[in-house]
Amino acid sequence: MNWQWFHRLGSPRWFYEKTDSWLPWLMVSAWGLLLVGGIWGLGFAPEDARQHNSFRILYIHAPVAYISMSCYYIMAISGAVGLIWKMKLPFMVMKACAPIGLGLTIVVLLTGSIWGKPTWGTWWEWDARLTSYLILSFLYLGAIALQQAFQNRDTADKASAILALVGTVNIPIIYKSVDWWYTLHQPATLKIVGKSTIDPSMLYPLFVMIIGFYVFFTLVLILHTRTEILRRESRTQWVKDLVVDNSKSKGEGARS
Amino acid sequence: MTEPASLFRATFKRDLTLAFRHKGDMVNPLVFFLIAITMVPLALGPEKAVLVRIAPGIIWVMALLATLLSLDSLFRSDFDDGSLEQLLIAPYSLPLVVMAKIAVHWLATGLPLTLLAPLLGVMLSLPTSAFSALCYSLLLGTAAMSLIGAVGAALTVGLRKGGVLISLIVMPLYIPILIFGASAVQAAALGEPCNMQLAVLGAGLAIALVLAPLAAAGALRVSVNG
Repeated sequence: MNWQWFHRLGSPRWFYEKTDSWLPWLMVSAWGLLLVGGIWGLGFAPEDARQHNSFRILYIHAPVAYISMSCYYIMAISGAVGLIWKMKLPFMVMKACAPIGLGLTIVVLLTGSIWGKPTWGTWWEWDARLTSYLILSFLYLGAIALQQAFQNRDTADKASAILALVGTVNIPIIYKSVDWWYTLHQPATLKIVGKSTIDPSMLYPLFVMIIGFYVFFTLVLILHTRTEILRRESRTQWVKDLVVDNSKSKGEGARS
Repeated sequence: MTEPASLFRATFKRDLTLAFRHKGDMVNPLVFFLIAITMVPLALGPEKAVLVRIAPGIIWVMALLATLLSLDSLFRSDFDDGSLEQLLIAPYSLPLVVMAKIAVHWLATGLPLTLLAPLLGVMLSLPTSAFSALCYSLLLGTAAMSLIGAVGAALTVGLRKGGVLISLIVMPLYIPILIFGASAVQAAALGEPCNMQLAVLGAGLAIALVLAPLAAAGALRVSVNG
């Protein structure tokens, strides 16, 4: 098997130059998918029989919930790759994941509580899924706090990688225990929407939104990683050349 | 190369002696536990019905906080006087040394907390049926909390102000222990069996016993050398 691509991944410069040409494509497809899925889901998908129009927030809530979870795993896996193969780039991806993941969980919690108001009658309900995402946001907060506490960048990277790995072992346990805790203390006032099979006409826009949000997440992750690359490699020659080239081309643009 | 058993025994003995010479570090979490529990009836009023309802949860939350407070001292003094660096460069198995340190930490904080808990249960008028569940759940739970907390303590030992940070990164990891521990006592207070919760706590302790010393040793290598 050819491992060249893997070794190349270790080079921030290669990643920076390679992703340069991906960005427009990702940008166009993310906005395209999100627009199509959003208009389809919010405007044309049929109304829910019990929840009426309020269920439509699902088209934002569910995809973001999926991604905020996979974001933690991406963070942990890139941390592990960085620890094992001692590469620079995975640590930068890991560092970029934490604030994005925190933002995503905040969106999940906000949309969840906005959805909860008409459905359950309260802004906050100690629902198993909402509670799990609250805990997930605490895990992200811990990762960010640990990352920022260290002066030395290498130590910060390795320490956050270990914390992310410990968290990965814990996440399934936390999820199962929160589920169990919820079934034990289930409040009586809660009107759970029955496990109705979701109609295909509602499902297709959801698929489009999920794919769209994943592309959008990839785009944001790449942009954050690129910023981190420039920040960390700012003393290297290729970054200096890049800045000089950029300011040159801008200068020419202004003159012409 | 030293025998693993005698390495464990030597570290254990040294740390236990140190723990007994710094009695303040050992007693302070217990005093915190006692005072914090006293705050609850003062805030909520002395109604028995309310106290019985919340006693299992309050005792468990306070035991968790008391454990968190004691975590910072786990590697701190060894880091300050440089003996931690000596341990890192020594040709011994680091996870084993860490394991001995955690065992002493549990003996010095977790076990006294467990022994003090029934007294606090009486103060909060916990039903007598729940006392054995309280002791067993705390016995298993505090050991698991010492193990998981050691990872947090190891990650932050090189930092000047690690105290709050430990709580921040360790508390979410304590959630399963808290849920099952408090629920065991709650079930016992209602006269229901709590074997399942205790079994889950034991399973959690078994996993932590295997993985936490490895993770803590790795974390020490990172945060001390860095």
